[in-house]
Amino acid sequence: MIDIHLRHRQGDFRLDVDLSLPANGSTGLSGRSGSGKATLFSCLAGHITPTKGCIELWGRPLFNSETGVNVPAARRGIGVVFQEGLLFPHMNVERNLAYGASNRGTDFWYEVIDALDLSHLLSARPGRLSGGERQRAAIARALMARPALLLLDEPVSALDPGLKARTLDLIVRVQERTQVPMIFISHAPEEVRRLCDRTVTMSDGQIVEAFGESPRAPCQLVTVDQGDARWRAGGGL
Amino acid sequence: MLSLRSSASAVLWSLPLAIGLGWLLGSRRFPGHAMLNAVVHMPLVLPPVVLGYLLLLLLGRNGPIGGPLNELFGIRIAFTSTAVVIACAVVGFPLMVRAIRQSAEAIDPRYARAARSLGASEIRIFATITLPLMAPGILTGITLAFARAVGEFGATITLAGNIPGRTQTLPLALFTVTQSPGSDAAAMRLCLLSLALAGAALLASEAVSQRMNFREVRA
Repeated sequence: MIDIHLRHRQGDFRLDVDLSLPANGSTGLSGRSGSGKATLFSCLAGHITPTKGCIELWGRPLFNSETGVNVPAARRGIGVVFQEGLLFPHMNVERNLAYGASNRGTDFWYEVIDALDLSHLLSARPGRLSGGERQRAAIARALMARPALLLLDEPVSALDPGLKARTLDLIVRVQERTQVPMIFISHAPEEVRRLCDRTVTMSDGQIVEAFGESPRAPCQLVTVDQGDARWRAGGGL
Repeated sequence: MLSLRSSASAVLWSLPLAIGLGWLLGSRRFPGHAMLNAVVHMPLVLPPVVLGYLLLLLLGRNGPIGGPLNELFGIRIAFTSTAVVIACAVVGFPLMVRAIRQSAEAIDPRYARAARSLGASEIRIFATITLPLMAPGILTGITLAFARAVGEFGATITLAGNIPGRTQTLPLALFTVTQSPGSDAAAMRLCLLSLALAGAALLASEAVSQRMNFREVRA
């Protein structure tokens, strides 16, 4: 289970999120620009410290403002994939994949390379890859570190439509084969629907809609003591 | 030879501090950032003779640094080959920091975030991501500082004097030669040597930075 209960202020912007997600499959987080997706992404990844609240991943506290827990990004076990891939430009693809990997040469290593169709690109430098190839390599690099959760921030939004569809299919395939839970952030609802088992929509720093697994039934809305709304997405909760 | 040796030593000794300061100024914002930046760049705008004089006040036998060094350890700095190295290092330092700072500023901070999410420690990130990505700037800084040090005149003559065989660098030798009538041929030889050194340094820098240009990312 991924439990997120966060309050964060950044200038005029307020993030106010209560969300419980099953820690399996893929969750889509959509919403317009400025809806708070990127802030939530940064809070989960440990790039920024929320003002208040807690984050738990499979019962392990990653952040808790009351107890003072704030696990550094390097020890959260959360992989991140940015919009532009951001492969380390001075390393070839193989060295990029090996950067966080302790499993080089294992079945998992080859599984990920095969699922993302990277075997012919291992010796290439990132500057020589196409946008889609860079994204696939970035996803593989994040997976090689065996994260407990993978965050993908608009991983296909910079790709042309054909490449986008193929990359989305490869992401689905690698998720099925590796079983690493993913949170896929996108402003495009159709990408989220195509890729994810459940979807969460944000607006103005809050969750406004959440749907569980197919058939997509509305999620349970739990009212807690302070009158706050807490969303639960996914079946069997 | 003294010019080359002094300039190389100056660059070598000041390089670690220049990398540290260049990275700090280029990638972090902190109280006093602007002040530190101004202090580091001060030698660029001060007349070299003023710089040499200030160094002489500091490092001379009665100076706040030179005095104790002389009394406690018998170390003399002013008018020695060490003074040449120090003068060269001080005048070249801001050029080196500036080039490194610019390359540090150009590094997308998300590379470090990506590395962190892969479990890398801050030291590993610096050694394996930041430093290699700053390499072109470091190289440019080394070249500029070296070229500046080879051509250094004002601070060197003020702090180290012009002692043939001990502190007389190439520009000082050229200056001395030009003061003697009928030594045009010798002056021209020294001029050509200066040109050759500067040209070689720039060509070498250009060649290496071409090989180290990682930033090219195809859309």
